[in-house]
Amino acid sequence: MLIALYIMLGLALLLGAVLGYAALKFKVEGDPLIARIDAILPQTQCGQCGYPGCKPYATAIANGEADINQCPPGGDEGVHALADLMGMEYKPLNAEHGETKPKAVAFIEEDLCIGCTLCIQACPVDAILGAAKHMHTIVASECTGCELCVAPCPVDCITMETIEETPDNWKWKYPTIPIKPVINL
Amino acid sequence: MNAPINIAGLLKKTKDVFRFHGGVHPPENKAQSTQLPIGKLPMPEKLVLPLRQHIGNIPKIKVAIGDHVLKGQLIAEAEGAVSAAIHAPTSGVISAIGEAIIPHPSGLPDHCITITTDGKESWAERYPQDWRNADITTLIGSLRLSGIVGLGGATFPTQIKLGSGKAAIHTLIINAAECEPYITCDDMLMREYHAEIVHGITIVQRLIGASNIIIGIEDNKPEAIKAMRAATTNTAIQVKMVPTLYPSGDARRLVHLVLGQEVPHDKRSTEVGIQVFNVATVLALYRYFEFGEPALSRVVSMTGNVKQPQNFEVLFGTPLVDLVKAAGGAKADTSNFIMGGPMMGFNLPSDNVPITKAANCIIAASPTLFEPPPPAMPCIRCARCADACPVNLQPQELYWFAKSDNFEKAHEYNLFDCIECGACSYVCPSDIPLVQYYRYAKSEIIALDKAKEAADIARERNEFRLARIEREKQERAAKHAARAQGAKSTEAPNESPAVTDKQAAIAAAIARAKAQKTSDEAAAPKNISNISDATKAEIAEIDARRAAAGLTEQVTNRQPNVDDKDKQAKIAAAIARAKAQKAEANASTVSKDVPAKQPVIDAEKQAKIDAAIERAKTLKSAAATPPTNDLNAKPVADLEKQAKIEAAIARAKAQKAAALKAKEDQSKE
Repeated sequence: MLIALYIMLGLALLLGAVLGYAALKFKVEGDPLIARIDAILPQTQCGQCGYPGCKPYATAIANGEADINQCPPGGDEGVHALADLMGMEYKPLNAEHGETKPKAVAFIEEDLCIGCTLCIQACPVDAILGAAKHMHTIVASECTGCELCVAPCPVDCITMETIEETPDNWKWKYPTIPIKPVINL
Repeated sequence: MNAPINIAGLLKKTKDVFRFHGGVHPPENKAQSTQLPIGKLPMPEKLVLPLRQHIGNIPKIKVAIGDHVLKGQLIAEAEGAVSAAIHAPTSGVISAIGEAIIPHPSGLPDHCITITTDGKESWAERYPQDWRNADITTLIGSLRLSGIVGLGGATFPTQIKLGSGKAAIHTLIINAAECEPYITCDDMLMREYHAEIVHGITIVQRLIGASNIIIGIEDNKPEAIKAMRAATTNTAIQVKMVPTLYPSGDARRLVHLVLGQEVPHDKRSTEVGIQVFNVATVLALYRYFEFGEPALSRVVSMTGNVKQPQNFEVLFGTPLVDLVKAAGGAKADTSNFIMGGPMMGFNLPSDNVPITKAANCIIAASPTLFEPPPPAMPCIRCARCADACPVNLQPQELYWFAKSDNFEKAHEYNLFDCIECGACSYVCPSDIPLVQYYRYAKSEIIALDKAKEAADIARERNEFRLARIEREKQERAAKHAARAQGAKSTEAPNESPAVTDKQAAIAAAIARAKAQKTSDEAAAPKNISNISDATKAEIAEIDARRAAAGLTEQVTNRQPNVDDKDKQAKIAAAIARAKAQKAEANASTVSKDVPAKQPVIDAEKQAKIDAAIERAKTLKSAAATPPTNDLNAKPVADLEKQAKIEAAIARAKAQKAAALKAKEDQSKE
């Protein structure tokens, strides 16, 4: 009887020690939930959700402060993915935060640019190249299409150009069966 | 290779060909277009050359509108590692560079170069090479200028296939299976150009050093087999007859057919020592090395619903209408044109598209020739597609995953090993367009991967930016703290703080000037350290005049070295500060009867003048730097800022001193 008790006690101590050691040894840095939410978000860094970037929004969702339907660039698919991850009900995008637009990149009309650097300061991903009193230009491949540079421009020389479909980015379409109209008698 | 002896393998080796899993046997329809020899087209008026005719980067245009080009002249140069050059297929004038419809399933326009032909066929300089003796790396290197790509339809730049050279290639397989129905261009090539093809094979053999050479031909081309067998007698080249079974022309299937060896799905055949070349590519290589002719034309089967199906040697860029006309014109009920075979080809958006390097066959389609597919019925899970799949996939599973957008699962079931041969759709009793689902799923997965990559880059850049802003903030805070600390430590031990402060500033300025002088003797005048105030003022005045007059001496002198300008600007500012302080100090010590405000104003004025000079100088130097050079832009901006800050500090100090003086005076009165 006593031996059994000692064995159990010993086992408890041993397992406790192992678990304690594992907790220290394999400690997970940061909140994995935030990282997983952040991985779903489109990283546009546009702030339309009301937070200063995708990571802060992910943090807010993880803490239950923000809803999952505040990210227009992520679109409906993004909301679905977030709902899946968070175990929540899907809800349509909140119109207050804007609507989903086709992907675009900013374009600077270089003749009009006065070199004020305001857009450079606004760009969340450092995708604008230029210096004070020198022309600025967008590094199109790095532009996320957040539109944050459009508002600060004092001469309105930045426009958003929708990315056109080319043979390069063209996608095969989902097969559909053509429906023929039948005369209804 | 010291692989363990494999009994089953040895037994297998006794067989001549090895059947792969699955495959189908659709009606061949090859006889129609083999009745006539390879024909020639009359010179088209215009050639439209899409830049995108191969896998990889689009090449860089080397001509301008209005340029006269000669036949074989390079008009677009390979850009990056995976790319192919484009040459003028005939002589003429570049009449347009811009968007035009290309033969692509999307039907979207793309960049094209249009040549208006002059009909003279005048050749540019050709450089035949001694391929029997020349250095192999030179030969392979020169292929970058040849524009030759895999002509079987994959259009992979040939120089990369020859130049990869990671593993030793022991077996060269020449792909002449031509398994798709209707297509006969390789068949006709072998019948008519067998000797040249054998030369081409010898070239490739020399370039990759293979010892074992096999030509694989489907047994439905007896004439081609006969011709090749005759041409290869007394050579080491083996001609192997493979059974007619679609898709035996797929490179991995052909390797399996002739060697009984399966190339691992995640490896290229070169990694296991096998290289596969299409027979037409080999011929193009021969023409390039023997005659110096780059890729200008190819043989195209024009078949299907045309009056006289035939193979034609077609210049790249020839409009499809010209080809159709040469084949006697399309019959009245022609609905559309298919590029490639009926199994893997796609509908062309119009008959105005150019023939490209990928076009091995054009089929005029009509509803009688290709019945419109009946509506797809539900999958009945019969698994006939799995029986037919030559890649041993589970097409029905892939179909369900693709249909439900379950891309992750489709990927897991090796969707990307699918060669889109269409055998599954061909056997499907429910007429489900399976391949379309796979293509859809593949392009969605590729797009998602790209989006994810872009998001990862954006995240990284955003995090870097936030870190940078934070770092700059801390640096600024640290600087402020250090300055405040410095001010305190000099103030503390002295009775008359104002004077010591000034003295310290002067000492610092002198020290800086000295340091600058020792570090760069040439840049600064040597005679300013011990001269009178009046002389200094004079110097400043002269400087100002000089700056105003736009004399370029100092600018040209200093321009090459931004650091110099920076240093000098700092020194000048320091001198200005020192002067202001000195003048102020003079005023406080000398004058009780002299009007009190006078020196203060003087000092203030002086500081302002100096600051103005400083600003003028920096502006001028900024203007003098070439505006196009972006690298200079930032230092100049920094320098300007620095100078402004210094000037502002000088002004502020002068004002402070003035205010202090006024206070003192007031209290004295």
